[in-house]
Amino acid sequence: MVTLEKRPSPSRFWSAATPVVAVALTMLAGGVMFALLGKNPAEAIRTIFWDPLFGEFAWYLRGQLLVKAGPLILIAIGLSLGFRAGIWNIGAEGQYIMGAIFGASVGLAVFPTDNRLIFPAMIIAGAFGGWLWGMIPAILKTRFNTNEILVSLMLVYVAEKILSKAALGFLRNPEGAGFPGSRNFNSYPAAANPELIAGTGMHWGVVMAFIAVIFAYILLQRHILGFQIKLAGQAPRAARFHGVNPQRMVVLCLGISGACAGLAGVFEVTGPAGQISIDFNVGYGFTAIIVAFLGRLNPVGILLAGLLMALTYIGGEMASTNLGLPAAAIQAFQGMLLFFLLAVDVMTNYRIRLFTKGAA
Amino acid sequence: MKKILLATAALSLMAGAVLAQDKTKACFVYVGPIGDGGWTYQHHQGLMAVEAEFGDKVETAYQENVPEGADAERVLTQMALSGCDIIFTTSFGYMDATNAVAAKFPDVKFEHATGFKRDTPNVSTYNARFYEGRAVMGTIAGRMTKSNKIGYIGSFPIPEVIQGINASFIHAKKVNSDVTISVVWAYTWFDPAKEADAAKALIEQGVDVILAHTDSTAPLAEAAKTPGVIGFGQASDMEAYKPSPRVSSIIDNWAPYYIERVGAVIDGTWAQKDTWAGISGGEVLIGEITEAVPAEVKAEAEALAASIADGSYHPFTGPLNKQDGTPWLAEGVVANDGELAGLNFYVEGITGDIPK
Repeated sequence: MVTLEKRPSPSRFWSAATPVVAVALTMLAGGVMFALLGKNPAEAIRTIFWDPLFGEFAWYLRGQLLVKAGPLILIAIGLSLGFRAGIWNIGAEGQYIMGAIFGASVGLAVFPTDNRLIFPAMIIAGAFGGWLWGMIPAILKTRFNTNEILVSLMLVYVAEKILSKAALGFLRNPEGAGFPGSRNFNSYPAAANPELIAGTGMHWGVVMAFIAVIFAYILLQRHILGFQIKLAGQAPRAARFHGVNPQRMVVLCLGISGACAGLAGVFEVTGPAGQISIDFNVGYGFTAIIVAFLGRLNPVGILLAGLLMALTYIGGEMASTNLGLPAAAIQAFQGMLLFFLLAVDVMTNYRIRLFTKGAA
Repeated sequence: MKKILLATAALSLMAGAVLAQDKTKACFVYVGPIGDGGWTYQHHQGLMAVEAEFGDKVETAYQENVPEGADAERVLTQMALSGCDIIFTTSFGYMDATNAVAAKFPDVKFEHATGFKRDTPNVSTYNARFYEGRAVMGTIAGRMTKSNKIGYIGSFPIPEVIQGINASFIHAKKVNSDVTISVVWAYTWFDPAKEADAAKALIEQGVDVILAHTDSTAPLAEAAKTPGVIGFGQASDMEAYKPSPRVSSIIDNWAPYYIERVGAVIDGTWAQKDTWAGISGGEVLIGEITEAVPAEVKAEAEALAASIADGSYHPFTGPLNKQDGTPWLAEGVVANDGELAGLNFYVEGITGDIPK
C-alpha cells in the first residue's frame, strides 16, 4: 500500500528537480502517444525540442522563440510576486488586453506623427491600463473583501468585450473598408515596436522582460519588500507581527502584475501582432500562470520556463506541419507537461511511504 | 541596415533554393481543426483533391488551429522556409500576415481566402459568393418557419457575414412577409461551445430556423435537441444531421480552385488574380434538400438556385432600402461587387445594430 507522508519541511532537492523530471516524463509519455499515432517518437521529440534551437532554420526560429517567450516571461514575473504573497491574480489576460488598448489608443489618437516620443508615452499608457484593470479586484478585495481570483478572472471577459468594441468601433482603421481592426503599427514607424536587430526577434518587449527578471531577482533577494512578499505568503501571521500591511500587499501585488501584463500587451500590439484586432490576444495571460509555476515562482526559473513553453509551441507547430501530427496531439503534449509538473510537485511536500498490509 | 539586407538576402536565397526541387509543395494554414466538420474540413477536402489530382507531382503540408495574428506570421514564414511553393491561408484574419510574409518571399505564391489585400504580385485572393447560397437557404427558412422567427449566428461583423445576413433575410421576407431575423454574434470562427450557446439563446427566443456563419456542427447539434427546429449545413454538407434538423446546406467547394492554382504553379503559369466565384462557377454548391421540406418549397428553392446559376437573377436586386429606410438599390438595379465587398449595413426590416 502506498501512502503519502507530509514532509516536516519542503524538500529542496525535489523543489529543484520537479521541472526537470516533469519535462523528462512528458517526453516519455508524449513519445508513447506519438508512437501510438504512428509517428516516429524520437523524430517528433527531436522536432519539438531540438530543431527550433539547432535545426536547419534555427537562425529564424531562435528569434521567434524570444518573440513568443517575451510576453510570457514579463507577465509571469508580475504574477509570481503576487502568487508568492498568496494573492491570486488569474486575470492577467484582461490586464494584457487593457494595456494594449490603452497604449494603442494613445498612439492612434495622434496619428499620424513622426515624433518618436509617442512610443514611450504609449508604453506608459499601456502599463497604466494594465495597472488600472488590476486595481479593480485589488480595491474590491481590500474594501469589500471580495475574492480576487473570481473578480480578476471575470474582468477578462469584460476586457474582451471592450476589445471587440475597440476593434469594431473607436479604434477601427478608418481606411479599412469597413473591416474590423485598427491601423497596423508596422506602417506607423513612430509608434511601432519593430525588431531591434533584424532576424533576432529582439524587440522592446523582450528587453523589458529581461529587465523584469533582473528587477524581480534583486527585489526578492535584497529588498525589504521582497522579504515581506515572501513572508506574507509563507506565514501571514508572522508577517502581520512584522508590520506587513496585508491590504497594502494586495494593492501592490495586483498593481505590479497588472502593469507587467499591460506592458506585455502594448509591446505585443505595436510589434508582433501589429494591430488591435478582435482576437489579437492568444491567451498569453493564462499561459503565463503555467509559466510562473513551471518556473517555481523564481525569476530565473520563470525565464527558463518561458523559453521552454515557447519551445513547445514553436517546436509543436513544426512537428505538426512537417510530420503531420494533429494539433490536438500537440495540445495534449503541452497539457502533459503541466500535469506532470503538478504531479511531481507533490514530492516537494510529501514523501511516498510503502507499507505492507501487516505493518499498516 | 546592412543586417536587414543580409537577412532579406538570406530569406530570398532560401526561397530560391526551394524552387530547385522537382516536386511542387502546396501548403495550407487552417484556423480550426480539420475535424470541425465545416469550414476547415472543406478546405482540407481541397487539399486531398490536389493530392488526388497531381499524385507524385505534389507534396502537401498543413497546419491546424493557427491563431490570426503574430502566430500566423511565424507559421507562414516557417512554411515558406521549409520549401512550400504555394501557400493557401484560409481565414480572413491572416490578411496582414500573408502580405507581410509574401513581401519577404517573392518566389513563393500566396493565396489568401476571403481577403482583399494584394500588396505584392505573389499574393492572390479568392472567395466564394456564399450569399448566393444564403438566398436559397433564406427562401427555405421563410417557408419553413412556424414562429416567423429565424435566427442567424454571426462570427465577426465583416462584409462577408453581413452579405449573408442580408441575403437570408431578403429572401425569407420575399416568401413570408411576417418573418423577422435575430442575429447573435459569436466573435469566433470555431468554438463549438460558444456556437451551441448562441443557438440555444436563439431557440429560447422562439426561433425555429437557425442559420450559422461559424465553422462547426454545434448549432445543428443544438437544434437537434428541440423538435421542430431546423438548420442548414454551413461550409460543408454536414450530412450527419439529415434529414432534420439539417434540411439543406451551403457547401464550399474549394477543390476546383485549388487544383487550378496548384496546377498553374506546376506549369509555371501562376499569376496574381482575385477570384469571386459562386453557384455558377461550382464553388458554392447547394446540398440535397431533404424530405423534411415540402416538395413545392424544394422546387421553389431549386428554381432560385438555377436562376442564380444561369445569371438571370442576382440576390441583391432592387428595390432595396437600407435599414434606416434610405434607398439603396432602385427597381431592377443590381449591387456591384465593390459595394458588396465593403457591405457594412443591414437592409430594411432587420432589427438590431451591427456592432460598432
